[in-house]
Amino acid sequence: MPDLESRPASPNPRRAWPALLGITLIVAAAALAFAWVAGWLTPSRLTPQRFTNAIETSNGHIYRGFRRAHAKGVCVAGYFEGNGQGVTLSSARIFAPVRTPFVGRLSVGGGSPYGLDSKARVRSMALELNSDDGQQWRMAMNSFPFFGVASVQAFYEQTVANTPDPATGQPDPVKQAAFAKAHPEFARFAAWAKSAPWPTSWANTTYNGVNTFRFINRAGEQHDVRWSMQPQTAFAAMSSEQREAADGNFLSEDLDVRLAQGPMRWDMVVTVAKPGDPIVDPSQSWPEDRRHVIVGTVVIESTTPQTTGACRDINYDPLVLPTGVEGSGDPVLAARSAVYSVSFNRREHDIASGKAASATGPAAPQGAKP
Amino acid sequence: MSSATHFNLTARVLHWSMAALIVTMLFVGIGMVASMSWRPSLVSLHRPLGIAILLLAIVRLLNRLRHRPPPLPADLPAVQMLAAKASHWVLYALMFAMPLVGWSMLSAGGYPVTMFKGFMLPPIMPHNATSYALLRSAHTRLALLLFATVLMHLAAALFHAWVRRDGVFASMARGEPPPVDATLAPAVDADEARSGDADETAALAQVNGDER
Ligand code: HEM
Ligand code: HEM
Ligand code: HEM
Repeated sequence: MPDLESRPASPNPRRAWPALLGITLIVAAAALAFAWVAGWLTPSRLTPQRFTNAIETSNGHIYRGFRRAHAKGVCVAGYFEGNGQGVTLSSARIFAPVRTPFVGRLSVGGGSPYGLDSKARVRSMALELNSDDGQQWRMAMNSFPFFGVASVQAFYEQTVANTPDPATGQPDPVKQAAFAKAHPEFARFAAWAKSAPWPTSWANTTYNGVNTFRFINRAGEQHDVRWSMQPQTAFAAMSSEQREAADGNFLSEDLDVRLAQGPMRWDMVVTVAKPGDPIVDPSQSWPEDRRHVIVGTVVIESTTPQTTGACRDINYDPLVLPTGVEGSGDPVLAARSAVYSVSFNRREHDIASGKAASATGPAAPQGAKP
Repeated sequence: MSSATHFNLTARVLHWSMAALIVTMLFVGIGMVASMSWRPSLVSLHRPLGIAILLLAIVRLLNRLRHRPPPLPADLPAVQMLAAKASHWVLYALMFAMPLVGWSMLSAGGYPVTMFKGFMLPPIMPHNATSYALLRSAHTRLALLLFATVLMHLAAALFHAWVRRDGVFASMARGEPPPVDATLAPAVDADEARSGDADETAALAQVNGDER
């Protein structure tokens, strides 16, 4: 800062003060505008940092170095093989009849890396596809067919409502009921969670993209789409007794056994919207009669632990997309991109600051508390 | 032209266009990481704009090394002289550091460094958690340092323009005054035109109603 006391070129100090005041006001206004844009002046505005804080609080513990959601999982590797059918919908390279290698991750919902597989209602598949044109496509899909709530704010409220009460260690049922009342669309999700059968394996689970994306083909034609990975492995459901008896890590144990016998496959099924179908609300399904196109096969060939595997340091941000694919106006997509980045930054920071031995060590425990 | 009183046209055009770009980048950057909805569109603007700043900074540094900047007024106190020079070098350093750190950080984080759909820059760092975390923090800290320096720089520039009225602001705001010619510019005092900046002072004097 210049020394404001010495003003050799300004003979009359009384003339200087309006200018000094003006300068101070201009600089202060710029600093305030910056602080406002940064969210520092509005502590109640929902930001990705505050959303991530809420997730950490609702996890009950910060598991250093692990994903703040879908914390438990394994890395997988394999390839996607396009069958050429997708080319009419999108110019993305993976839809050509070629093999595109991926680094993927299979996981279960929940914030603890030590949770029990038999209690995890939601299972997930994430892929980072690296096509031979140098482009990348990242996807993160869940076993629920539609999202629980209609908006980002509602998902935040759900996260807060599910936070365990320090006194009981359990979520407060009164808050949960208040949340469900405020968001009637959640009833459909609750019904799914209660009644949908539990597949016996990651291999025979369907993974849904849930959010809407836009495909653009070579001719520039656009289609709103959603997609699912539908297992070629025969479906089999677990009874609640089987789940009670299952090992806490039965999913990864099952995966090891299956992969020892050969690769696992899913069809990628793209559903094309008709005009008027809900685009911005992932809690609403599209009618069953929409056009479905099988565009290729996901093939998983091998698995490694997430603590040492290549998927550990990947942020499966669903908006890392190649040409031919774009996000839609679905606000949940933008919110995911923002929150995943904060979660990724925090876990990578944990690793860099040496706080994440159990998330990185080759001998890291599976299913046991550190 | 060793005794120029103004920055050359290249320097002035680069200074003001980059000032606009850099200030925009600071606001876009700090805003996008705090937004639940604007991040995707702002990040896709932020990356190519940042790399554009890197390219412009190279041109600017070359121009700066080839053309001596006009000297600061001889009566400027030594502390201000030093502050001016030091802050300019800090600004230059950050014009390079910010985009380079941004690019390396995305490389170390395993992200594609997308400029626009289908065109990516190659990674300049191996994918690594520790380097990513360090670079990610550096990007934030250097951005805050850059913003603080820009604010001081802005205050100093306005101080020169409104309080000292010593021609420093005009040296960046406009070109050399036309050659002094009694018939064309009868009112301009030749001495003043060289040492400070007569038309700047006169214009400000009018604005301020200062009859001198
Ligand atoms: C606003 C809504 C959502 C929020 C705030 C949210 C939050 C998160 C967070 C914080 C992570 C950990 C990211 C990381 O550290 O890398 C994550 C992972 C994940 N999310 Fe979401 N999520 C949302 C919606 C969804 C939806 C709709 C789906 C399904 C389509 C989904 C599927 C996944 C999957 C599969 C993962 C694991 C990815 C991996 O293996 O790295 N999420 N989510
Ligand atoms: C003059 C150049 C640049 C300026 C002034 C700048 C400024 C900023 C600022 C202020 C932030 C917010 C930091 C925070 O609050 O944590 C930011 C974030 C970011 N910058 Fe830059 N940046 C520049 C260049 C670049 C370049 C060239 C790239 C990449 C090619 C880049 C990529 C990013 C990304 C991806 C983020 C968000 C990271 C995250 O969400 O974790 N920046 N930048
Ligand atoms: C915000 C409004 C700005 C104003 C009013 C302003 C004004 C000025 C003025 C009057 C000068 C001439 C000073 C001298 O001769 O010593 C100058 C020089 C300079 N300014 Fe700015 N500036 C602004 C923004 C910026 C920004 C954002 C940057 C870069 C980050 C920047 C970087 C520089 C540099 C490096 C110089 C030294 C001259 C050169 O080598 O290019 N300025 N500025």
